[in-house]
Amino acid sequence: MIDDTTFWLLTIGLGLGTFAIRFSFLGLLGGKQLPDWALLHLRYVGVAVFPALFTPLVLWPDATGGEVDPIRIIAAIAAFGVGLKGSVIGAITAGLGTFYALHFLI
Amino acid sequence: MTPRQAFWRGYLDCAPFILIVVPYSMLFGVVARDAGLDVLQTMSMSVLVIAGASQFTAIALLQDQAPVFIALLTALAVNLRMAMYSAALVPHVGHARFGTRALMAYLMVDQAFAVAVKTYEDQPEMTPDAKVAYYFGAMLLICPIWYGCTLLGAVMGQAIPESWSLDFAVPICFIALTAPLLRSLPHVIAALTSCVMAIAFAWVPWSLGIIFAALIAMGVGAQAELFLKRRARRFA
Repeated sequence: MIDDTTFWLLTIGLGLGTFAIRFSFLGLLGGKQLPDWALLHLRYVGVAVFPALFTPLVLWPDATGGEVDPIRIIAAIAAFGVGLKGSVIGAITAGLGTFYALHFLI
Repeated sequence: MTPRQAFWRGYLDCAPFILIVVPYSMLFGVVARDAGLDVLQTMSMSVLVIAGASQFTAIALLQDQAPVFIALLTALAVNLRMAMYSAALVPHVGHARFGTRALMAYLMVDQAFAVAVKTYEDQPEMTPDAKVAYYFGAMLLICPIWYGCTLLGAVMGQAIPESWSLDFAVPICFIALTAPLLRSLPHVIAALTSCVMAIAFAWVPWSLGIIFAALIAMGVGAQAELFLKRRARRFA
């Protein structure tokens, strides 16, 4: 469970922080440019953050008490394979579809 | 193109994204309820933040009992890409009034941004007012659907039994967001580094390992890009 204080602190902080990021150049910094080193690193934010989030969730999920579950790993690979073709929704469908199909069969 | 025509053009040009936004926002509603949030909390998050990937990030980390500042930092990092969007919009709509720009900032979402900038570049004859109207047309299609379908998911989510293991939707979402980003070798190297470092730092308390892994992977990706560029220049 997520307690109320934690939730509201996070949500209000995330709302304000995200607005500040969106407003930054458009609202306040005008024609200023991001420095090259910042642009270089920003290109890798997505591929650096998301794998660090999903790797532990796939390998040792809370739902299984931290035990490795082959079905989840196979489903993750299926989602990844479809996602490489560029479709986010296709990848989610493939991943969850594989997960439920294997649970149903086994 | 008059501003009114531009508004409806933007609205229609974003229509194909309904197919993505509907299931994605519903899934957020369902997952948030599964994590123990009530309908008001789920909706507050979607309305205040309107950035799906960071919302999933925040929920995943809170569920993992990470401290608030870690969850906040990681979720904000996911949204840093929007600083680039913000900068890219300045030459097109930077002339608008302060309040208008604030509203534009609030409504900034990935798909609509991509459509707007592509149209501005394809049609340099668009007037500044038409560009602003086009932007609002594009965003005003996506945002109400985002709110509405989050609510739908949150209400339906209650009816979904525990045995469906919906927790698994969270990592699947992150995988689905990552795979299309692997456009170049440095991106692949950064993603692999992130996986390996997340495992190596799994023992670090308060989910700090995720931040370490992300920082290292970002540095490795950037250095790999610089290295490949230097090498290409040497052999050119």
